[in-house]
Amino acid sequence: MDFSPIVPALPSLWEGMLLTLKLLVLAVLGGVALGTLLALARLSHNKTLSFLAGFYVNYFRSIPLLLVITWFYFVVPFIIGWVTGTNQPIGAFTSCLVAFMMFEAAYYCEIVRAGIQSISRGQVNAAYALGMTYSQTMRLVILPQAFRKMTPLLLQQSIILFQDTSLVYAVGLMDFLNSARSQGDITGNLHEFLLVAGLVYFIISFSASTLVKRLQKRLTV
Amino acid sequence: MNYNWDWSVFFKSTGIGEEIYLDWFITGLGWTVALALSAWVIALLLGSLLGVMRTLPGRYAARIAGAYVELFRNVPLLVQLFVWYFIVPDWLPEPLETWFKQDLNPSTSAFISVTICLGLFTAARVCEQVRTGIQALPRGQAMAAYALGLRPPQVYRQVLLPQAFRIIIPPLTSEFLNVFKNSSVASLIGLMELLAQTKQTAEFTANLFEAFTLATLIYFTLNMGLMLFMRWVEKKVRVPGLIALGGK
Repeated sequence: MDFSPIVPALPSLWEGMLLTLKLLVLAVLGGVALGTLLALARLSHNKTLSFLAGFYVNYFRSIPLLLVITWFYFVVPFIIGWVTGTNQPIGAFTSCLVAFMMFEAAYYCEIVRAGIQSISRGQVNAAYALGMTYSQTMRLVILPQAFRKMTPLLLQQSIILFQDTSLVYAVGLMDFLNSARSQGDITGNLHEFLLVAGLVYFIISFSASTLVKRLQKRLTV
Repeated sequence: MNYNWDWSVFFKSTGIGEEIYLDWFITGLGWTVALALSAWVIALLLGSLLGVMRTLPGRYAARIAGAYVELFRNVPLLVQLFVWYFIVPDWLPEPLETWFKQDLNPSTSAFISVTICLGLFTAARVCEQVRTGIQALPRGQAMAAYALGLRPPQVYRQVLLPQAFRIIIPPLTSEFLNVFKNSSVASLIGLMELLAQTKQTAEFTANLFEAFTLATLIYFTLNMGLMLFMRWVEKKVRVPGLIALGGK
């Protein structure tokens, strides 16, 4: 075991980590936004809307993330080319980002739905009694409380997403894991680079989930 | 969309032997199912053992199992797979290493790595569910069993575990489905399971949409079928008066 080649490789590992984090943050923001819309659709009285949202969730939850990534890697450039009429490459990053957003939205949707359903019925009734409309009730009364309740679960899901971003390896994107692997191949110290990558993932996920657990305790008083 | 779907592509010859493209999908599905089932056996056995360890009164057993769970839950599956595929074989004793790397068919060695990886990865999740199941039982169950003079292994085997497993069937089902989905990482180390066969078909025929649609349908159907089956199992083994918590 020779860990010395790690030090000169640190800049490119950091580049990889930046890409991982960028992907993570954008995917979480997009996923939560889309997931919230889906949750509202699922809870809506409109049968078609709630059926469609339910189908979306079941569909994405029953296929592997890796298949979704590969799908989007081929499909997104095709659709964009079709819409814009040009043949501009949009790159693996956008494909992966769209794939993660849409895939995670299915999981975030279920969390948000459970969060909304855990708010007592009286809150809705009170808001209506004050003369609020449906969208005001949701925006001003229900969602703020629901989000507070479900923050720990949303964060926990995001930690899982952080680990899953490593799957972009499949389309050759230089995220943290892939840059560790390619540096390892270059220097001939693949073992060391992979072990260090694993350790870094472990430290980040472990400390994040420890923090989330603490937060959970504080939020459920 | 101005795309010309051509579903007949699956019945065209691959140009390799007598095979048609559909055969590739069937072979791939075979690998996927074999992977998922063998990994699930490991996960269920090891996960139950660890889950029991986490509920034991002794401090060390609970700590070891807890450390296992944290380790395997906080490292990405793909990193774990690389460790099992690229690193661990190099640590094997000499004859085993040569056997694994040279005598074995590359598919077989990849299969072994993925099975071990997926089994151990899933065991951490199964462990947490078994623990939750045991802890969800009324404390009186264990006390009554001890009061009857049962030894600790008997208490678990005959009283706690049979009830706990029946309670945790719903989360175990989704873990079982996850094993199927996660087995697709095997395509990244060259095992020709369902996803890898799909990619290969897409490359050979340029019929991307048909190939990926078929793969999606297979995964979707597999999941729905398993879910319905497990729901039926759950109804069969329901603990009267207890499962109301998990049921609808």
